[in-house]
Amino acid sequence: MLSVNGLESGYGRARVLFGVSLEVGPGQLVCVMGRNGVGKTTLLNTVMGVLPATAGTVTFDGADVTRLKPHERVRLSMGYVPQGHQCFPQLSVLGNLLVTVEAAKQPKEAIDEALDLFPALRPLLKRSAGHLSGGQQQQLAMARALVTRPRMLILDEPTEGIQPSIILEIEAAIERLHAAGLPVLLVEQYLDIALRLADTFVILDGGHVVRTGAAEDLHQEDVRKLLAV
Amino acid sequence: MTAFLNQLPIGLSIGAVLMLIALGLTFTFGQMGVINMAHGEFIMAGAYTAFLLQDMVLALPAAFLVAGVMGLILERSAIRHFYGRPLDTLLLTWGVSLVLQQLARDLFGAPNVQVPAPAWLSGGVGILPYNRLFIMGLAVAGVVAVWLYLTRTGLGRRTQAVVQNRQLAATSGIDTGRVDMLTFFIGSGLAGVAGVALTLIGPVGPALGTYYIVDAFLVVVAGGLGQLRGAVLAALGLGLLNSYAEFWSDASLAKVIVLAAVIAFLQVRPQGLFVLRSRVLT
Repeated sequence: MLSVNGLESGYGRARVLFGVSLEVGPGQLVCVMGRNGVGKTTLLNTVMGVLPATAGTVTFDGADVTRLKPHERVRLSMGYVPQGHQCFPQLSVLGNLLVTVEAAKQPKEAIDEALDLFPALRPLLKRSAGHLSGGQQQQLAMARALVTRPRMLILDEPTEGIQPSIILEIEAAIERLHAAGLPVLLVEQYLDIALRLADTFVILDGGHVVRTGAAEDLHQEDVRKLLAV
Repeated sequence: MTAFLNQLPIGLSIGAVLMLIALGLTFTFGQMGVINMAHGEFIMAGAYTAFLLQDMVLALPAAFLVAGVMGLILERSAIRHFYGRPLDTLLLTWGVSLVLQQLARDLFGAPNVQVPAPAWLSGGVGILPYNRLFIMGLAVAGVVAVWLYLTRTGLGRRTQAVVQNRQLAATSGIDTGRVDMLTFFIGSGLAGVAGVALTLIGPVGPALGTYYIVDAFLVVVAGGLGQLRGAVLAALGLGLLNSYAEFWSDASLAKVIVLAAVIAFLQVRPQGLFVLRSRVLT
């Protein structure tokens, strides 16, 4: 579904990624792990076109998207939830969803489908998104990605800085989407969540892929060492 | 007391003109981080459009189009290559502003020209002359139109999204380049309308825009970037302060007083009257 080949990128003269390759097959959930500052967010931002790739390619569903703008990738149905439960703070919750559904040229029913997965948002539709709690904003962020009717989800630390009860809801939602056959590329810090959700994992260190494997392998001693702070 | 009251429509109409100018600026500055010094010349272009047409009713839409298209050309041909480089855009647009002023001098001559006010705008009710009332009405209509556009249309919602979080807008499927283009067109067009309004209260010259551009930037900074209500309140405040400071002192001292007031205000509220607020991880 998504294949990343020899991807390099960075910020100005500071290179962050040095030839990262990974593969997300149909229906697969791949978890990208690694300590802080190893390039996980940079990788996702480059996959989505927020940062330009200086070398390498990104192929989505057979099409080379390396040079496409972010909105063009969204219209090819790559769904992205960036880090830090971001929203459009002065728009209402419904406004956040509407603006996305219109931009992605999807029918309004997509909003209802997304709200079915996050029913906690229904009573909040008229509230300003900026006034929600972090957990509610993260659910809104995921709902916003879903209204674009993505054929793949790219999630950057959806559980970061969020209260435990809502982490469980978000994990359940990811599980349901994955079970329904949606491929997911997930950056996740919590090892236990990665263990429960992932089919395969990729560990980054210093902008390189240092280890890949099936979720079971995450128990191995050398893998744990790569993740230990 | 009458002299004091007579100053009120003057202050309000200056505020109204500033409002029209700042509406565009607050979005180009707030949304794209572009310090567009050539915005003043769109005012001038609107005023000369009124001079050429000599018809207030025709001049309003025509000036909107002329100034809007000028803004569009400037954004597409030059500014968009300099996004994220505010100092370079400042120099670039300042240069464009000088070129446009010289162009106006070559086309229309250096001396000021007059646009005769239409007969139906002479006279007034009480202390309110019709021409000042008309300008205030124009500003109200402009603000209402922009507000309706922002809150009631899909394009306006997309504009708000880009102002509030550009990167998230792009990764939500919004073509930010197109939104920028459209915002520039509308903002520049409103400056053209402001130019038409100015022909009702003074002569038109090539340097018309330079008298208002600095005040308009003060409005934008004091009101908060990309904030409609901020621009409205700050424009009214600055317009009134300007005219009363002139009334109590003189024109040049008034400028000093206004600038000092804005600086003092920004010491207390550096973010302006209104500001985007959200819980975001830091």
